[in-house]
Amino acid sequence: MTEPQRYTANEILTVLSARQLRDGQVVFAGVGVPLLAATLAQRTRCPGLTILFEGGVIGAFVEPGKLPPSTNDQRCTKRANMVLGSAEVLLLLQRGYVDVGFMGGAQIDQYGNLNSSFIGDPAHPKTRLPGTGGGNDISSLANMIVAMKHEKRRFVEHVDFITSPGFIRGSDSRAKSGLPTGGMFRVVTELAVFSFEDEERRMKVAALNPGVTRDEVQDKTGFELIFDDDLAITEPPSEHELATLRLLDPERLFTA
Amino acid sequence: MNEGSVKPYLQLREELSRRDKSLREKVVTLEEAASFVQDGASVGIGGSTMSRTPMAMIWALIRARKKNLTCSRSIVSTEGDLLFGSGICDHMVTSWFAQGILWGLSKVMRHHVEKGSARYDEWSHMAVGMRFRAGAMGVPFMPIRSMLGSDVLKQRPEAKEIDCPFTGEKLLLVPALNPDVALIHVQRCDAYGNAQIDGLQFMDIDLAMAANRVILTTERIVSNDQIRRAPDETKIPFFCVDAVVEVPYGCAPHECYGAYEPMMQHMEAYVAQANGDPVGGFKDYLDRYVYGPKLWTEFLAMIGMDEVLDASRRGRSIYDD
Repeated sequence: MTEPQRYTANEILTVLSARQLRDGQVVFAGVGVPLLAATLAQRTRCPGLTILFEGGVIGAFVEPGKLPPSTNDQRCTKRANMVLGSAEVLLLLQRGYVDVGFMGGAQIDQYGNLNSSFIGDPAHPKTRLPGTGGGNDISSLANMIVAMKHEKRRFVEHVDFITSPGFIRGSDSRAKSGLPTGGMFRVVTELAVFSFEDEERRMKVAALNPGVTRDEVQDKTGFELIFDDDLAITEPPSEHELATLRLLDPERLFTA
Repeated sequence: MNEGSVKPYLQLREELSRRDKSLREKVVTLEEAASFVQDGASVGIGGSTMSRTPMAMIWALIRARKKNLTCSRSIVSTEGDLLFGSGICDHMVTSWFAQGILWGLSKVMRHHVEKGSARYDEWSHMAVGMRFRAGAMGVPFMPIRSMLGSDVLKQRPEAKEIDCPFTGEKLLLVPALNPDVALIHVQRCDAYGNAQIDGLQFMDIDLAMAANRVILTTERIVSNDQIRRAPDETKIPFFCVDAVVEVPYGCAPHECYGAYEPMMQHMEAYVAQANGDPVGGFKDYLDRYVYGPKLWTEFLAMIGMDEVLDASRRGRSIYDD
């Protein structure tokens, strides 16, 4: 990028993730950037966005400067329409009430499968990661937006372990596994916005972030990318988006 | 074929029929309550992440030097470190295990799982909930539509994929979880164990119904008249409950809805020390904060008046506007 940075990597990630949401949707958001991005969308273009948290919250309205440290904290319930049990809120996904599942990712592959469980062989793991939480349920049952950092070690051909399913091995393998609904819709990084092509269900670049080149994205990706024929260039974050975001997260808990 | 720990229905009923379900006062001390948990028991833990964690009860179990506990919880935070690191628990059943999203990975959990001294069985969050639900319902399993196609499922042969007898669709059956004992912290209950929970319930109601014994810790014990004034707030009925312990700030340094938020300075200091050195640093924390104090109130004093009061102000602020 030629001009001096007006925003951090996490800030553009959050702003562009927020732009994927539509007013009136019901979104199930994980902690961190998803929570922040959903709240940003709610405070800018989508006042009628209904945010669900896995702690058991419907219609969250998180307060600026009081971001919850997890989606199970009392701060998540502020001005909510309803609190309910954890199983009950997750069952809303299964029943089909959720338009968009929205979460972060540690490692993703070309079919949008996410790993947050193991690095290396699960029987003798090099690293035992925290695990799925609600991630597997959300990605099994809803259309997904994933927001994550773009690094070669995070964008791999095949994840070590499928914690949260994307399109599994591509084509119709997801439906054949017993997941006839949902699937990856968008992946957002500080470099680009990705969608998935209809046949093999492989990741493709839908739009480049401002100032980012095709080579740069490919270089930081561990598999060969498909570029959309109508490859777009994303509008940079507006002053309003950045100002609202910084108001929400003044301590930069999730946007450092 | 009895896969894993699913109890036959007659055994489940028989165990319950042996419990004293009468209306009686059940108030005991933390130490007495700890004696209700046998070595080798399966222990269901209420709350989730840093919320309504029955921390004082876990603290008492560690001090009582329990052995070989298998614990289950929706989502595990620093209490999981304490359970593994103290050696009282060598098997955790949950969906997520770290100190908190702000701090990345738990080096304590990693140390014990990666060297093989403790086991972490991973299920999806909903699967944990539906396992408690099945346990609460007195049925051996519940069908769910997640985990299918994932490697999480490949690690869990206890779950069974079936073709639905009605539709032919693929479903996953997750086995009932009926812990020997549940540890649940609530805002208030009476001496009989009628428990009222404010805010997020997590999986606690199913957990209470599923378990074969329930130990309640509570911010305060109120009269039965007080309970009867707002019976809609009662979430756990007395006949599920075997012991009641009054422990103000019983979730510290985690939060209790409407009472206090997490004590983040203590949490940050703990994480820095434990992740800095998951063996020596962790042991120093345990010696100082768990084995060291004579009483729970002494542990609270070590967290510090400033931090406890600030957490209380933030916690109660939920009712300010």
